[in-house]
Amino acid sequence: MSLPIYASTGQRVWYYGFRVLCGLIFFFLIAPIVTIIPLSFNAENFFTFTPGMLRLDPDAYGLEHYRDFFTNPSWQQALRNSVLIAPVATIIAVSLGTLAAIGLSQSHVPFRGVIMAILISPMIVPLIISAAGMYFFYSRIGLQGTYLGVVLSHAALGIPFVIITVTATLVGFDKSLTRAAANLGANPVTTFFRVQMPLILPGVISGGLFAFITSFDEVVIVLFVGSAGQKTLPWQMFIGLREQISPTILAVATILVVISIILLTTVELLRRRSERLRGMTPG
Amino acid sequence: MTDNTAQTDNGPVLAADGRPLKASLRKALRAQKIRAMMLIAPLLLFIVVTFIAPIADMLFRSVENQIVGNTLPETTATLESWDFANGEPPDEAVFEALYYDMFLAAEARRHTRVGSRLNYEETGMSSLFRGTGRSLDDLGDDYFDVFEGVDPIWEEAGFWYDFMGAGDGDAEAGGLIDAQRDRLSALLDEPVAGDVGFVPDAEIAAILPRTADAYAAFAAYTALVDEDVVAEEEPWEAVFTALATDLRRDGAGEAIAAYSGDGAAELQAAYEARDQLPDISYTEFFIEEDEDWGSLDTWGTIHAYSPSFTPGYFLTAIDMRLTPEGISAQPENLQIYGTLFGRTLFMSMVIMGSCILLGYPIAFLLANLPMRTSNLLLILVLLPFWTSLLVRTSAWKVLLQQQGVINDLLVWIGLVADDNRLQLINNQTGTIIAMTHILLPFMILPLYSVMQTIPPSYMRAAKSLGATDWTAFWRVYFPNSVPGIGAGCILVFILSIGYYITPELVGGETGTFISNRIAYHISDSLNWGLAAALGSILLAVVLVLYWAYDKLVGIDNVKLG
Repeated sequence: MSLPIYASTGQRVWYYGFRVLCGLIFFFLIAPIVTIIPLSFNAENFFTFTPGMLRLDPDAYGLEHYRDFFTNPSWQQALRNSVLIAPVATIIAVSLGTLAAIGLSQSHVPFRGVIMAILISPMIVPLIISAAGMYFFYSRIGLQGTYLGVVLSHAALGIPFVIITVTATLVGFDKSLTRAAANLGANPVTTFFRVQMPLILPGVISGGLFAFITSFDEVVIVLFVGSAGQKTLPWQMFIGLREQISPTILAVATILVVISIILLTTVELLRRRSERLRGMTPG
Repeated sequence: MTDNTAQTDNGPVLAADGRPLKASLRKALRAQKIRAMMLIAPLLLFIVVTFIAPIADMLFRSVENQIVGNTLPETTATLESWDFANGEPPDEAVFEALYYDMFLAAEARRHTRVGSRLNYEETGMSSLFRGTGRSLDDLGDDYFDVFEGVDPIWEEAGFWYDFMGAGDGDAEAGGLIDAQRDRLSALLDEPVAGDVGFVPDAEIAAILPRTADAYAAFAAYTALVDEDVVAEEEPWEAVFTALATDLRRDGAGEAIAAYSGDGAAELQAAYEARDQLPDISYTEFFIEEDEDWGSLDTWGTIHAYSPSFTPGYFLTAIDMRLTPEGISAQPENLQIYGTLFGRTLFMSMVIMGSCILLGYPIAFLLANLPMRTSNLLLILVLLPFWTSLLVRTSAWKVLLQQQGVINDLLVWIGLVADDNRLQLINNQTGTIIAMTHILLPFMILPLYSVMQTIPPSYMRAAKSLGATDWTAFWRVYFPNSVPGIGAGCILVFILSIGYYITPELVGGETGTFISNRIAYHISDSLNWGLAAALGSILLAVVLVLYWAYDKLVGIDNVKLG
């Protein structure tokens, strides 16, 4: 979309105007996230830039809020819970989801559409409805307010992401490879682990990362299904934002932004690797 | 394959192992299907238990109304024949049933629950049930004093146990206890099991039916809930009220005279002293406790909400109500859900609209830049997408405050006076700004993936045929990008009408959605039925949109990242 040399003045104005407009929209997308990063180093308990910060006075910056995050017991408990819940939910989602995705990618699956709709539904149903239903049902069967209840509900939320990413990877999977493996004497389990798994691994990992971030960021379900003992980081942030907003939230937010940048980079790298691998497979 | 079968006239084609090829193929296919299902089954089961069952439970709760019937079983059964249109409160039999139902419920501390349930429909019911529940003992105490005056033995737990219970060789009325056990299970909402250690005497049950019932209720409650020994506990007040009622019943005299079992003499003495018993009917007792028991509306509400299933919650959710006269509109000051649904839809539309306005140029730019540049710029879209929702919401909360960065900036530029800072948060503006930001990637990504497939040669062709830039875009490019707009719109709309966190944090009073009301009913007002009904309506809307999305894009084609 480069500007031809014969473009008229109007076209030039439009061309640069459009770029400026897009720049502004990108600014709108990124600025809020970027702004909180310097704010989190504010030495004082303000949510805006102090005159000292604008003068780039080193004394106006400080690590108080980070110190608070790492020493405050309620933040530490929240961090511990998040770290205990998300990986377990991810493991459940990935193991069950990958198996099912392989099953779904076979050529003759009865009621494929219905099954797919059911498996994807946790992603479609609004969280508040899932939370309400789970709260009602889990209190009936004694799972409400338990660690297991939160893990199971988070695993259910993560499953659609695993299904979608792994199914997408399997679309490009060359079935003759498994036949070749079988032909060479490998049993189905060996074929799966030595041939199929390495090829679909990027999809599995990125599905797992989606499931992880879903659980790690999730707050509505945990608010209802969990009790104070299962308080996670997002829960603590939610309470903090609703009641007494403390600048420690900005420090936590900054840490979470860094985590999401790491995850995003990983997913992007995996996606490229997967595309490269698929490009190499014949057929 | 079919050609082969058609050609062979002498029998079907055989596979290598000598079996018909068709059967062999079918068998292989079946094995394949079973293998696929075995792989899917664990996950399917998991989702059904952890996700589908909760949704089904919510749908069930939106119509379920067993609490009235479970707490007041006899009352609702007796009330069935009563007609609100008659303009008369129900007769003595209903009040009698109410007394015993309420007594047991009050012992189990369950009467307040049914009071709160009915209070959703008619204000004042909660205090009516709570207040009356406290004074139920008074009626029985008055009778108890008389019986004790006649013979102190009526105070003794052991005497009552032998008197009511079946001795050796007596006919047993075991059904009474079983009925009470079922009733307790229903009342307490959990299965009650165990041995009561008491079997009613069938003869006494025939002479003193009400007393036998009340004592059986007492025995079952004492043994199964309090876990005490029935023979060692003094019966509760309702048993004395029941005895008084039975003694005054027509024809009680002859039956008592003919009775010769345990406690026959004491019963005869009590019967002869029946004129000393205070003469209060159940109706008088209840109306004296609270005159609302004489009001038609009270009984109309109980009557309307007696069935186990009710459309009442759904009617409330659409600003209607189920009154004794039938279905009518809610009084105007209580009509909040229509407004709330309307606001949710309206704001979702606005958010969707702003997402198109902001997302379309970005997607267009990304799709028309060289791959390398667009991949770089795509990161700017994906980073917010991957950033925690609460991080983005807290960012907006910090930026939009009156003392926040945006207001500071506007004051510094001079657009806004320092004493007249803009109210950007805790209202609709705040919700719209923050949610547009949060949902924008969901518009850009589907748009981008559709626009990538539009060949640039189309635009060039249009221009070479003489179209201006605008005509080429509007008549050629735009129609090709419509599927992307559709997909993005539905996605943003689905996500936005069910949003809870952001409206809760930045929405204030006027920027909240229906989901905030659902959460309020679950955790604050505890009106779970209404929360379930509101949730079911929202779910129905989302499923219709989901179906449209599936038709338009196909759920398999959802792209992530």
